[in-house]
Amino acid sequence: MTAANAEIKVGVLHSTTGTMAISETTLRDVMLMLIEQQNAAGGLLGQELVPVVVDGASDWPTFAERTRELLTVDEVDVIFCCWTSTSRKAILPVVEELGGIVFYPVQYEGEESSLNVFYTGAAPNQQAIPAVDYFIEELGVESFALLGTDYVYPRTTNRILEQYLLDAGIPQENIFVNYTPFGHSDWSSIVSDVVALGATGEQVGVISTINGDANVGFYNELIAQGVTADDIPVVAFSVGEEELSGLDTEPLVGHLAAWNYFMSADTPENEAFIAAWHEFTGDDTRVTNDPMEAHYIGFQMWVAAVEAAGTTEPDAVRAAMYGLQVPNLTGGMAEMLPNHHLTKPVLIGEIRADGQFDIVSQTDPVPGDAWTDFLEDSAVLVSDWPGLGCGMYNTETETCVQLQSNY
Amino acid sequence: MIRIALAALAGVFLSLTAPLPTHAQQTDGPDLQSILQDNSELVANASRRTVQEVLDILVDSRLPEVPAFLTAWQARALYQRESDGLFVYVEDPDADALTLIDITSGEGLGTATSREVRQLRPNRGVQSVIGATLVGFQLASDDPAVRLGALDAIEDDPEERHLAALEDLVATETDPDVLERAELLLPALVIAFSDDDAPRVEAIRSLAGNISLTARRTLNPLLTTRTEFAETLPENANIARELSPGSDLLSVADAYDMLVADGLAPALIPRSDQVATLAANIVDGEVGGVPVATLNTESARDRAYAALVEAGIAPPAPTEADIAQSLGRFVFFEVYNERSAAVTSTARETLDGIETRVGFYRFLDLSLDGISLASIYFLAAIGLAITFGVMGVINMAHGEFIMIGAYTGYLVQTLVPNETASLAIAIPLAFIVTFMAGVAMERLVIRWLYHRPLETLLATFGISIALQQIVRLIFGALTQPLTPPDWMAGSVALNDVVSISSIRVAIFILAVLFFFALWLILNRTRLGLEVRAVTQNPAMAASMGINPDRINMLTFGLGSGIAGIAGVAIGLFAQVVPDMGSNYIVQSFMTVVVGGVGNIFGTLVGASIIGAFQKFVEWLNPTNTLAAQTYMIIFVILFIQFRPRGIIALRGRAAGD
Amino acid sequence: MGNSIFVRNRSVPIFIGVLALVALAVTFLSPAYGTGAVSVSFTKILGMTLCLCLAALAMDLVWGYCGILSLGHFAFFGLGGYMIGMWLMTARTEAVIRANLAESPIPPTEGEVSQATALQIFSVVGAEDWPWMWAVSDSLILSLLLVMLVPGLLALVFGWLAFRSRVTGVYLSILTQAMTLALSLYLFQNDTGLRGNNGLSGLQNIPGADAIGQERLSVWFFWASALALGLGYVGAAWLVSGKFGSIVRGIRDDELRVRFLGYPVEVYKLVVFTVSAMICGVAGALYYPQAGIINPDEIAPIASIYLAVWVAIGGRGRLYGAVIGAAAVSLLSTWFTSGRAPNVDLGFYEINWIDWWPVLLGLGFVLVTLFAPRGLAGLFDYLVRKEDT
Repeated sequence: MTAANAEIKVGVLHSTTGTMAISETTLRDVMLMLIEQQNAAGGLLGQELVPVVVDGASDWPTFAERTRELLTVDEVDVIFCCWTSTSRKAILPVVEELGGIVFYPVQYEGEESSLNVFYTGAAPNQQAIPAVDYFIEELGVESFALLGTDYVYPRTTNRILEQYLLDAGIPQENIFVNYTPFGHSDWSSIVSDVVALGATGEQVGVISTINGDANVGFYNELIAQGVTADDIPVVAFSVGEEELSGLDTEPLVGHLAAWNYFMSADTPENEAFIAAWHEFTGDDTRVTNDPMEAHYIGFQMWVAAVEAAGTTEPDAVRAAMYGLQVPNLTGGMAEMLPNHHLTKPVLIGEIRADGQFDIVSQTDPVPGDAWTDFLEDSAVLVSDWPGLGCGMYNTETETCVQLQSNY
Repeated sequence: MIRIALAALAGVFLSLTAPLPTHAQQTDGPDLQSILQDNSELVANASRRTVQEVLDILVDSRLPEVPAFLTAWQARALYQRESDGLFVYVEDPDADALTLIDITSGEGLGTATSREVRQLRPNRGVQSVIGATLVGFQLASDDPAVRLGALDAIEDDPEERHLAALEDLVATETDPDVLERAELLLPALVIAFSDDDAPRVEAIRSLAGNISLTARRTLNPLLTTRTEFAETLPENANIARELSPGSDLLSVADAYDMLVADGLAPALIPRSDQVATLAANIVDGEVGGVPVATLNTESARDRAYAALVEAGIAPPAPTEADIAQSLGRFVFFEVYNERSAAVTSTARETLDGIETRVGFYRFLDLSLDGISLASIYFLAAIGLAITFGVMGVINMAHGEFIMIGAYTGYLVQTLVPNETASLAIAIPLAFIVTFMAGVAMERLVIRWLYHRPLETLLATFGISIALQQIVRLIFGALTQPLTPPDWMAGSVALNDVVSISSIRVAIFILAVLFFFALWLILNRTRLGLEVRAVTQNPAMAASMGINPDRINMLTFGLGSGIAGIAGVAIGLFAQVVPDMGSNYIVQSFMTVVVGGVGNIFGTLVGASIIGAFQKFVEWLNPTNTLAAQTYMIIFVILFIQFRPRGIIALRGRAAGD
Repeated sequence: MGNSIFVRNRSVPIFIGVLALVALAVTFLSPAYGTGAVSVSFTKILGMTLCLCLAALAMDLVWGYCGILSLGHFAFFGLGGYMIGMWLMTARTEAVIRANLAESPIPPTEGEVSQATALQIFSVVGAEDWPWMWAVSDSLILSLLLVMLVPGLLALVFGWLAFRSRVTGVYLSILTQAMTLALSLYLFQNDTGLRGNNGLSGLQNIPGADAIGQERLSVWFFWASALALGLGYVGAAWLVSGKFGSIVRGIRDDELRVRFLGYPVEVYKLVVFTVSAMICGVAGALYYPQAGIINPDEIAPIASIYLAVWVAIGGRGRLYGAVIGAAAVSLLSTWFTSGRAPNVDLGFYEINWIDWWPVLLGLGFVLVTLFAPRGLAGLFDYLVRKEDT
């Protein structure tokens, strides 16, 4: 047993089989790389980090089951987990029951703040809202098509955006919303519908929360119908370097993506990160993307917090996390806020012919907001774990609505 | 469109930079660099809303290098040195050490690394504002291509001052292409910016029957309205129609809110505010004489609130009658933003005519989409229909043969970079590969299970998951690109409403070819005769000297080979991933079941019915594509009630069991 | 009646005995009531496996005994889960809401509680009203009834349509597959009222049982699953014995002949299909509170095909065969995909079981269908017979 105590276990729970493997395998690999780097630098608290990699198999009950095993059988000290919101919601009850720490690296819909989860991806106000502002301010878009895959992230994001657009004076009839199933490939009529929106004489823009490989068919249809970024700009929240590598990007030049990280960011940290990634994978053509940066930041923060706390005990680590700062790969510092979200700069990139992004807009770091200000019900809610001890605090009634999360 | 414009502008940029040094000293006043430094923030962090300011200053300066500078700025060729904020060009943006060039003199300013200078990347919005400013320079250019580019810029972002410039151009232009474009563009500008109603009405009339997006885009803004109210209908306003509160167009709540916003009626008090008032007035466990503990019903709360109103503590909430009375004092109406009634009525009339035609073309477009979907289903299902019909076995790995075909196409493309050539190789190769795979599967597995069709289903399902995973292990789970040749990249467009992508046309042609090829094979060859014989009665066929074993093997190979070719076709427009086959397998089964097995006509009819039905449901409910698939399946289940053997039923082995 | 089946079918007492032994063993190894050698999560996996065995038993009834290869049985399993899931979510959320609203100065109205509960449950799909199918979700008893009634009704309607028009064989299999696909696509839509792709989650938190803890709850659910499986086994054994069973087997072997003998074949098939669907519903209702989450992916066609494959591997036409197949394959599957199986280094290539397990499984189906058409149970029979002689 003493030998086992001389190591710190890091749980890595991503899907390496099934439909989500396409996105999540890279995140597993980047975690292995970060752990390897940390061990090469002398480990943590003088102990070696041991990755415990398990497969969520793109199946939500499996995620819940594996989380329970990681926390009770393997007794890991921290879990880096998940891609889809549904998988995160599936593991929430388990981690809240057993009291672990989870880092979640993907942009998501917000409306959640769990004591046990640190959200290193973007909240809506760090990705969706700035992108819509950019559309209105810079591209003069007056008519919006919100296209999304039918699941919780697009649904909630679009609900927030719809309210935000109405507040910004865009009339209801200028907001077109459409949901398609995962892996949808028959985009012809939907793209025609979007093009037809332009008949009113208003500039049309597409806000895309289309997920995964359905994007291939969507962009191909745009190309086929000759829709360029000047006619109808598309800003995507789920299309990064990795997704573009499956596409001919030449005709897509000028379409946009909003993220907190682009591989093309010109900073020394990013250069080192990309070099390490290429060395680790042994492939110079592998791209990096936003959720990878989120795991990078999350891991550095956890390491710093464990060092500050001198232990891996979750409560102590959590207390040490608040206010911690680590450098972003795009410049500036990411700070962990009391609501378990980060401050992040919002970047808007235009697709280049080589499958990378031209960064056309970069804001100062924006603090992530767990509960959006644009929906009536959640505008009154705040999350402040160290201060109020509550992730869902109603500022009007001054009560803690609930300690556990909704799932 | 900007891309073409940029290419044209790049030409201007090159032609204008060369003679610059000689002109530079000729003007007085501040030079370009100092103007830019004065407006450094506006240039470096240009925004669509603010950039016009600096553009006006630049144009007013009349410096000769301004057009070239604007062109470079628009094309993202302008840089700013971090150390002193100097604006520069660079010689080769991809070099490791960038050579900086002065924006006026064109002289070298030494080198810098990519982190010491910042590339200024005006976004698309700013680019189009710069483009609109450049129009003045470009319309005067000698190069027709540049003038054409300027017209694109006008179309992107029309401004009032463009009207006069365009009228001049139409009067003097000699190049026919440019003239045609300009004449097409002119009505839109006249309608939008002319002061005189007569030419506007005439311009609107000239658009009659024109279903192009541009025409509709010009007319629709004329018909925008706003909702207003007054005590009586105003005489001089261009009123679209009167609205009554409580109708579909204007709810009572919205109408009342308008009155409240203008202070003409007391505000409604929301329930939550009433409860807050109750909570604020708890005295000794009672509110207005009602015990707090009993306030858990709406009626008790109403009583308590009424008591508070009585006591003068709370403001009274307007009742339904109050609201109706307030609304009754006013008329509500929609008024056109366009003041001229002649313009709006002509526009309405013209647009109605256009909309009718658009409706017809929409239907045509939808039908084309339906046909395209049907041809995809046909391609995916025909192989299955043949094997099912002839051999009575269900091949659950059929989808995986489609996937293997697509991967074959991808693999060929990595080896043969020319897309047309690679496609020409990939199609026969995909057929060969999947034909062999099919034959191997038939020999090794299916042959042993002929009398156990249900178990064939399970065994082939096992093969399907194994194949999927093996491909995933070899190629990874990522989507692989299968790029269509350039000549397939665009779309065939009849007009702005009816268009279909060339790939879908190609798939449709492929489906037609397949249909005839298969029909010929089955009806005009010895093999076809034998296949039909085995389909109808294998025992009899065998006694006539046909070897059913061989026929089965060949049929299975043929069905699988067709799936492989379908895979190449599907991969061209959809994603190539290891589990792509499972997206098509159930649809293919449905097609076969509806059409009837073992019959290519049946499959054709089945695919058409399913494609048309699915598009029809999508048209009824365009915001939800999943529903279309659900209803399609329910339709098939019900359809089976009436034609259990499909549209075109065969007699024979498949029909017998 | 019960006694006679214990005597008539030798497998029944043996099966019940083995099941009781397993239940006892798990209890004495569990953390709550014994040594703790079996973790909570493994207890849950074992409990879930028993539910899958029950579903396989139901599958064996229709396929092994009646010759209907249903590729849509997980639709019934999932529906059972959804029915109990609605109650679990409603009751748990309502308790949270009540505790929260109790602090407000003015006591909440019933309408407010209901509205806040609905908002909490449906905000993930952007809705705030109760969909119609949640009408009885506040009543445990009605929800438990629906667990059997809804899958039964679906099976009855579908079966009536299919059997009436004499759809048989491969056609019927495809239709059942289409049915489960249609249902899963329907549920995938966010607007249909069962939270779309999110499904129902947090089901392991039993309302009012917060103080009990998952350690004890997992064992309780294991017992409940074992009890359900035992009852299901006895019930199924009783159903397939006697005259009813003979006719059903006759339909499997030669439907036409049974029809010509004057039996209403459709009625027999419909009864077996519906009963089987109801058993599946019960299995699902016990499974999902242990799994914790149910979503439309669960009833995708592939799950039902796996169910058929378990039965095929175990040996159809024998109730214990179905149970053995389901238990063996699903436990093996869990072991291989959890990353606990040691990698095999071949020198030039390292076999990672997470990646290679699906290949192995797929080829396994092929080999079993080709070489052991009667499955593992057939092998077992063969050995037993050898001993007898």
